[in-house]
Amino acid sequence: MTNLLPAGFDWFPVVLSLKVAALATVLALAAGVALGWLFARKPFPGSSILESFCMLPLVLPPTVIGYAILVAAGRRSPLGAWLREHFDYTLIFNWHGAVVASAVVALPLVLKSASAAFSNIDRTLEAAASTLRQSRWSVFVRVTLPLAWPGILAGTLLAFARAMGEFGASLMVAGSIPHRTQTLSMSIYDAVQAGQDDLALVLVLITSVLSVSILAVSNRYLSLR
Amino acid sequence: MRRSRYACLLIALALPVCAHAAELTVSAAASLTNAFTELGKQFEAQSPGDTVRLNFAASGTLLQQLSQGAPVDVFASADQATMDRAVSQKLVDGGTRHDFVTNSLVLITPAQDAPQISTLQDLTGAAVERIAVGKLATVPAGRYTRQALQAAGLWGTLEPKFVQADSVRQVLDYVARGEVDAGFVYRTDAAVMRDKVRIALTAQGHTPVSYPIAVATDSRHKALAGRFLDFLGTPAARQVLQRYGFGTP
Repeated sequence: MTNLLPAGFDWFPVVLSLKVAALATVLALAAGVALGWLFARKPFPGSSILESFCMLPLVLPPTVIGYAILVAAGRRSPLGAWLREHFDYTLIFNWHGAVVASAVVALPLVLKSASAAFSNIDRTLEAAASTLRQSRWSVFVRVTLPLAWPGILAGTLLAFARAMGEFGASLMVAGSIPHRTQTLSMSIYDAVQAGQDDLALVLVLITSVLSVSILAVSNRYLSLR
Repeated sequence: MRRSRYACLLIALALPVCAHAAELTVSAAASLTNAFTELGKQFEAQSPGDTVRLNFAASGTLLQQLSQGAPVDVFASADQATMDRAVSQKLVDGGTRHDFVTNSLVLITPAQDAPQISTLQDLTGAAVERIAVGKLATVPAGRYTRQALQAAGLWGTLEPKFVQADSVRQVLDYVARGEVDAGFVYRTDAAVMRDKVRIALTAQGHTPVSYPIAVATDSRHKALAGRFLDFLGTPAARQVLQRYGFGTP
C-alpha cells in the first residue's frame, strides 16, 4: 500500500478534509434540525419565504456563497472588523472559514430532510406521550426525534458528502494554503494545475474510498432499524 | 419538403462558422489581461472577419492546458522558464519565440489602513500578518518573489505568513480587498488598481521579468497567429503596451 503513495506523500489535506467535513456536518445538523422543526411545526408569517431563503445555497453556485461570506465576514466588513478588534480573530484564510462555507452549503440538505421528516410524523404519538406526564423536551427527544431520525440521517449523510466535496466556497473563503487550509479537493486542483497527474490520481482515489466507506459505515450503524 | 427545411437550417447554422473561419485563440499570462483585451479589439478592427479569443490565467496553468491539447494558437508567458518547458515539450514553435515586453515586480499594500512598509525587512514586523504571493508551481510572479526574498534572506522567515494565489491578479485582488497586508505583483498590475493599492517598493534580486510569446505547434491558423505576433511590434500596439506600463525588451 505504501508503495502506491508518491514519496513524501502529505496526509495533511486528507486529515483536514475529514475534520472540516465532520465539523461542518455537525453544524449543519444542529442548525438544520432546529430550523426544520421550526418550519414544519411552528410556521409563522414569512416562514415559507425564510425556508426558501435557507435553500438558496443549494441553488446558487458555491462561488456566490464564498463571495457572500467574504463580504459578510471579510476584514473590512463590520463583523470581520469587530472579530479582529476584540478577539484578534479572522475567518478568512483560516480553516474555520472552510468549515463555515461547507456548513452553509450543506445546510439545505439537512434542513429539507428534517423538515419533511417532522411533517410526516403521526402527531397522535406525541399527544399520547404528553399524556404520560412527559415534558415537551422529553417528548421531543424520546418520541419526535427517533421517529424523524431516518429522514434526518439521510439528510446528514448527504450533508457530509457535500461537505467532503466542497471546493468553490471554501477556496474563496479559506484560500488554499498548504498545511493550513488546503483540503483534499484543493490539493487535487493544485496538483492538476501543476501537471502532477500522478499525485492528483492518488488523491482522487483516497477521497473516493474515504467518502464511500464513511457513508456506507454510517448508513449501516446510525440507522436505527 | 421537411428534409430541405432541415438542410436550410443546417446551412444557416454553419454560415457564421464559415464567415469567421479564422478565430485566433490567444493564451496569455494573467498580467496581460487589460493590455491584450484592448489589443485584441484593435487587431480585430484591422483584420476584418477574424476574431481574437483571449484566455487569461497563470502562465503555468496555460502551459498545462496547452499540453493537454487545448486548441490554442498563440501562447504568451510571463517568464522564460514556462516558455522553455513549452518549447522543450514541442508545444510551441521555437522559431517564432521572442520576448515582446518587460515588467518589474513590486510590493504592494492596501491603499487604506495598511501597515507602514518601506523595506522588505518591514514585512517581518507583527503588523504584517499575511502576505499574498503567487503559487510557486504555476505563477511566475510567485517564483520571482521567491528569488527576491531569497536574495534578501527572508524567504524562510516570511513563509508562515504566505497566502498563495492562483494568479498574480488574485494577489492583486486580495490586497485590494484588504484581506492581506501586502502582496507581490507586477508594476502593471498595481497600475490597474491605482486607487486601491499602493506600491511600497520595487523588488530586486530576481531574474529580469521579460515575457516571451510564440505560435503554438498545433495551431490551425499559423499565418494569422504570425500576423498577431507582428502586430504586437507595430507602433500602435507598442503604444498600448506602454500605456499599461510594459517596457520594451
